[in-house]
Amino acid sequence: MTKRENDTITWETFNEGLWRENPVFVMLLGMCPVLAVTNSAINALAMGLATTFVLLASGTLISLLRRSIPKQVRIATYIVIIATFVTIVDYTIQAISLDLYNALGAFIQLIVVNCMILGRAEAYASRNRPLKAVTNALGMGIGFTFALLCLGVVREILGAGSLFGFDLFGPRFEPWVVMVLPPGGFLVLGAWLLLFEWLKQRKARTELEPAAET
Amino acid sequence: MAEETLSFIFLNAVLANNFVLALFLGLCPFLGVSGKLNTALPMGLATMFVMLVSSVCAYLINMVLVSFEIEFLRLIAYIAVIASAVQLVEMTLKKFSPGLFRSLGIFLPLITTNCAILGLALFQTFKEYDFLQSLVYALGAGTGFILAILLMAGLREKLELSTMPTITQGAAVSLMLGGLLSLSFMGFAGLGG
Repeated sequence: MTKRENDTITWETFNEGLWRENPVFVMLLGMCPVLAVTNSAINALAMGLATTFVLLASGTLISLLRRSIPKQVRIATYIVIIATFVTIVDYTIQAISLDLYNALGAFIQLIVVNCMILGRAEAYASRNRPLKAVTNALGMGIGFTFALLCLGVVREILGAGSLFGFDLFGPRFEPWVVMVLPPGGFLVLGAWLLLFEWLKQRKARTELEPAAET
Repeated sequence: MAEETLSFIFLNAVLANNFVLALFLGLCPFLGVSGKLNTALPMGLATMFVMLVSSVCAYLINMVLVSFEIEFLRLIAYIAVIASAVQLVEMTLKKFSPGLFRSLGIFLPLITTNCAILGLALFQTFKEYDFLQSLVYALGAGTGFILAILLMAGLREKLELSTMPTITQGAAVSLMLGGLLSLSFMGFAGLGG
């Protein structure tokens, strides 16, 4: 291991996961829980927080152990570390709220195979000091939670006419049920991606135009 | 043991509760490898094979775990078994069919992090299927995965030939297609009882 690690923690370390390389909207990682549990805002929030915890804890541990893990078995080691923390989260949620546990179902345990977490472990935590790895993991986690909320809020408002369980439109609202069913997940995420792509292209155009006039 | 007939389990896993389109499992390969029909099919077959192997392994492992009352190790044990099963498939393929091994390339090791595999192992445990039911469930889930990825690949090959607005080029249109496929698969809901 070289000593050339860049130790400075900047806003960029944090912002990378939050916005610039948002795991869901930009990198399309960890799609399964993103679509499966975002049928209501509260489920989305719980899933986001659970994933953030696993991301933080496994990032810290892997970063601390990065010099003692043999290179050949690193992926297996990472997976076992991640699985341990997921088991902790699984039992904790079961103890705190059984309703939430039943709503999320197997998807809590499936955090293990969220490629975002393994990807971060391999690409970031194993190469950086704990503090820096934690900052980055926090950004990623918040970015992931934010993306889940984006989907959860839209799907719950359209599909059930409520937000975090509170009725928004009164009894005369005809819910758009398909939005809380599986197709809604695909369609809403597709719509968000379209929106971001449109914003990006518009920004690129406005940056180009003044340059072209001069 | 769950009271479900084998044909119901199979149809349920293929159509009504299709792993990709209704349960959102295995989306990464579904979106990533569905660009062309001739890579989608081998990927589907390899996934199905790993599903069968890991389903059998998970059933045996669960029996051991339950008999020692250490169920809290289930997740760790399953993921370790799946990783080794994928490794085994990889080595077997390399020895007996190098051509297929080369054509699958990087996708083969990535099957480990396909949540459809772990999801299958977990679901069959939750539903308390016996050995034969687990096997049929794995077969159904694999068939469903192949069906979904082939349909998607066919649609995307057609789409290559048409002109689209620039903002839809990329993942967005795949997701929209997935939404439409999923909508049509909802028509199977309630099939088989």
